[in-house]
Amino acid sequence: MKLGVILSISKTHLLSRKKQTAVAALGVTFGIGAYVIMMSFMTGLNGLLDGLVLNRTPHVRLYNEMEPSAVQPVEKSAEFNEHKQLVRSVKPKQSQERIHNALAIIAFLKKQKNVRGVTPVVRSQGFYLAGSTRLGASLQGVDVMKEVEFYNLDDYIVQGKAEDLATNDNAIILGKGAADLLSISVGDIVQVSNPTGDIFPLKVVAFYQSGLADIDKVQSYVNIKTAQRLRGESVHFITDINVKLNRMEDAPEVAKDLEKLFDIKAVTVQEANAQFETGSFIRNLISYAVSVTLLIVAGFGIYNILNMLIYEKMNDIAILKATGFSGKDVRMIFLSQAILIGLLGGLLGLLLGYGVSLLISHVPFDTEALPTIKTYPINFDPMFYIIGIVFALISTFLAGYLPSRKAQNIDPVEIIRGQ
Amino acid sequence: MSKALEAKNINKYFRKPTEFHVLKDISFGIDHGEFVSIMGKSGCGKSTLLYILSTMDTDYEGELYINDELLTNKTPDELSMIRNEKIGFVFQFHYLLSEFTVLENVMLPAKKLGKKSHEEIEHDAMSKLKLLGIEDQALKLSSRISGGQKQRVAIARALINNPMIIMGDEPTGNLDSKNAENVFDIFKSLTEDQGLSLLVVTHDNDFAERTDRIITMGDGRIIS
Repeated sequence: MKLGVILSISKTHLLSRKKQTAVAALGVTFGIGAYVIMMSFMTGLNGLLDGLVLNRTPHVRLYNEMEPSAVQPVEKSAEFNEHKQLVRSVKPKQSQERIHNALAIIAFLKKQKNVRGVTPVVRSQGFYLAGSTRLGASLQGVDVMKEVEFYNLDDYIVQGKAEDLATNDNAIILGKGAADLLSISVGDIVQVSNPTGDIFPLKVVAFYQSGLADIDKVQSYVNIKTAQRLRGESVHFITDINVKLNRMEDAPEVAKDLEKLFDIKAVTVQEANAQFETGSFIRNLISYAVSVTLLIVAGFGIYNILNMLIYEKMNDIAILKATGFSGKDVRMIFLSQAILIGLLGGLLGLLLGYGVSLLISHVPFDTEALPTIKTYPINFDPMFYIIGIVFALISTFLAGYLPSRKAQNIDPVEIIRGQ
Repeated sequence: MSKALEAKNINKYFRKPTEFHVLKDISFGIDHGEFVSIMGKSGCGKSTLLYILSTMDTDYEGELYINDELLTNKTPDELSMIRNEKIGFVFQFHYLLSEFTVLENVMLPAKKLGKKSHEEIEHDAMSKLKLLGIEDQALKLSSRISGGQKQRVAIARALINNPMIIMGDEPTGNLDSKNAENVFDIFKSLTEDQGLSLLVVTHDNDFAERTDRIITMGDGRIIS
């Protein structure tokens, strides 16, 4: 029974001072709204920025590194063990660029549970030929369908279709920068030569743009077979194996195991892009700090208004207590007002946050980096809305706690005698 | 015969700013259906006594019974319930909740008691208002009615839970003689018709002389 009576009293209190109630609720509304907007926008942007690099980077990349031998021959000799050894001008060891037994490794990796995708890559150097001019080129031989599936290659295609590469062994996806330099459009033939001077005419099926101008000038994609032909190698020639895992966090462990197992260099996405995680973390931290500050300010507003309300309502409190309402009832009356303000303001805040987020998500956003993105990225994760309303209730509860305790402890005799 | 209200050896001290013995060994009782007034000079402790009897002030020595039930040392929550159910209050200042209608003001203590349905409470409240002749004001905001009407609303509110006893702290002190007369008549008929006990602190000699018994206080003691 009690709650109904208490709520009806607090409702009357709130409704009989609409302006104050509205001001208090609006404080919460702006706090929660700002939180939702900031989080949606920030994480949307984070996702975009991370995606820019992380989505396109294999979680583990296997390749053979040209490096000096860890153990120099002289160290192996027992004869010189006692002596101080000094080897000058150490050179990288001549080793194969191809991964030994690559197909077996790929087959092995595909069977692993935590692996989402394995893609072989053949890297090749070369030149784009434009008359007598030669422009440096870095050609990646890939399985284009898998690149689209695992690394979102088609998000970066600005003209043509990535899939056309799959059906044509004499085709190329040219970087937009190189295409501009060569004045070539989709459908034209570009002459590509390998370092030894053999010339391959390749049909341009698409342009891609990574957002990094230097890369767009040199990098292009061809089929694995085309790359192998450019290098004059057989079908077993694979320079890199890219692995995408189910969980990015597993990469360091997997890389360590693979290095040991196959005696190969394994680079993880974390090593390759350490700065991105730091960036995301800091951006999240800032958004939370700002939102919490806003909510604390809103909380103080509510605290203030309730305190004032309680001073104004001293007589009411005394009368309620004299007619048999207990201290707890009185406290509930004021606490429920705080929570009602929080609920009302919080829900409005969610609406405000959603509305503004929706608006932002329709604002045009042109970026070189992501040609397929046309508007600002917004993350509509329902989690932000849940956290928002919970936060609103908790902060208004805390703001109402002290004033309502004061109301609970008011001595009715003092008020009634004081008249 | 049991007493509606009984006080035994009540002592009360004010501790601030200096210790002061306000009530000295107060003992008396009120029978069912008795109309008692307390008189005395300002500062003699009569209001203080009333607030102790009303259970709102618990800082005293001695024993207090309502309907032979010992109230001393009960928890504040228990005392709230007893106030709600057994005691009705009428104050000098009308003390209505100004944002609520007259009817809501009268209904609140009964809603708190929670023994009846909303409809029954509303019906009771209307009949109390009718008893006091202000049923036509029921739906007005309580801040929009005259002083005499407010006082009658306060009496109706005191009656809503059919208490054992009604206490008043100068219930007519703020009213003109016509309205004071009115309130007295209402009190008188309540004791005679419904067997309610009444305990009223007053300065008004005319008022007091017409009650069943006058308790005169002086300097913290009952003189007569």
